[in-house]
Amino acid sequence: MAKTALQFRHNGRDVAIFVDGGTNLLVALRELIGDMTPKFGCGQGGCGACSVLIDGELHLSCLTLAESVAGRSVQTLDGIKDGPNLHPLQRAFADNFAAQCGYCTPGMLMAAKALLDRNPQPSREEVVEAISGNICRCTGYEPIINAVLAAASGRARA
Amino acid sequence: MPVTVKTFSNVGEAAAALSSDRGARYFGGGTLVMRALNEGDLSISSIVRAQDQALLRIDASGPRVTIGAGVTFARILAERDFAFLHAPARSIGGPAVRNMGTVGGNLFAPNPYGDFAVALLALDAVVSVQGGFGARDIPIEEFLQSRERQAGALVLSVSCQKPLAAEAFHYRKVARIKPKGGSVITLAAHLPVSSGRVLGARIALGSMAQTQVRAKAAERALEGRPLDASSITAAASAAVEGTSPADNALASGWYRREIVGVHLRRLLSGQK
Repeated sequence: MAKTALQFRHNGRDVAIFVDGGTNLLVALRELIGDMTPKFGCGQGGCGACSVLIDGELHLSCLTLAESVAGRSVQTLDGIKDGPNLHPLQRAFADNFAAQCGYCTPGMLMAAKALLDRNPQPSREEVVEAISGNICRCTGYEPIINAVLAAASGRARA
Repeated sequence: MPVTVKTFSNVGEAAAALSSDRGARYFGGGTLVMRALNEGDLSISSIVRAQDQALLRIDASGPRVTIGAGVTFARILAERDFAFLHAPARSIGGPAVRNMGTVGGNLFAPNPYGDFAVALLALDAVVSVQGGFGARDIPIEEFLQSRERQAGALVLSVSCQKPLAAEAFHYRKVARIKPKGGSVITLAAHLPVSSGRVLGARIALGSMAQTQVRAKAAERALEGRPLDASSITAAASAAVEGTSPADNALASGWYRREIVGVHLRRLLSGQK
């Protein structure tokens, strides 16, 4: 079966790849582009480990048809830091012990970024809602919620 | 396994492609079909997409609202005119799923999903579909009962009357995990009241049968009566009639039968 040419912006950079029909965006990012920050968790849309931003909107890359991002902008965790400097959310996660095994962390950070991009001062309930599609099996969620609130209040170290 | 992806600019061409190929599946938001592909569903040989603005149309200006099949739950939540649908939309998935999942796709979501369709069933919605022989409107109850045979048709939109009063529409999803989780049971009730009596009662249940179903015995218990403790108790007792809930990882069929009346009573009484 012929492959399809696909072009889109990946973390601010134009990329062009060839994909098999029905390839999901997670596979395209990890195996064809080499961006390993979005994780494969369930492949069913249940865990949020593969979360990315498409045109600034939170999506699950495992359920996104790769061809559907043609001409669009995809941002992953790999694209949120500023050169060598961690994004304030990353710093807040480190400061608040919001990662243990770390497997959910990329998805959590993207879900948190999607929230703070449209609502810089969320309430605790809004943070809980924002990460409700992301499963963490280690932390019990409280350190993650505290980290997002710390980043929002500017309490994270620069 | 790779599949053929067919993308069309209008719904007519997409519907023709869908109806002419038994292995074709319509690809909306991806939350059902991409999941099936990820799980290696070999029954899918091609996926059909339509980039037609008609699927994204919303008409909420009059007493009857129309929602394009491609409208996402995030967009429902952003529309003030759809306030009566915010609770069912918010009960679905997390933010990412609501950014992707569509109203049309939810009509095909199997248990323990398909919560939005429960609300639409209680609102007596009509589903507009386009098949190989043109477009037609199907009452949602009939659509859901024949859902397996609708895979070759393209859903264009759903429409329903807005509840005349906000308090006439009730919705509750019972889940083990909050704020997100699959449905143990889902309940929706539209109970218009005229001269102090319920007229045109509609109660719909999710996860209580193979597809979303109406609780017709409970509806009869309320019809023509005031919505009071006596009629609510009668409806709660009758809620389980005609249901056939299955066991799954979230609850057993026995448990669902035991609790459906309890939750219907709480829902109609305004209890948490």
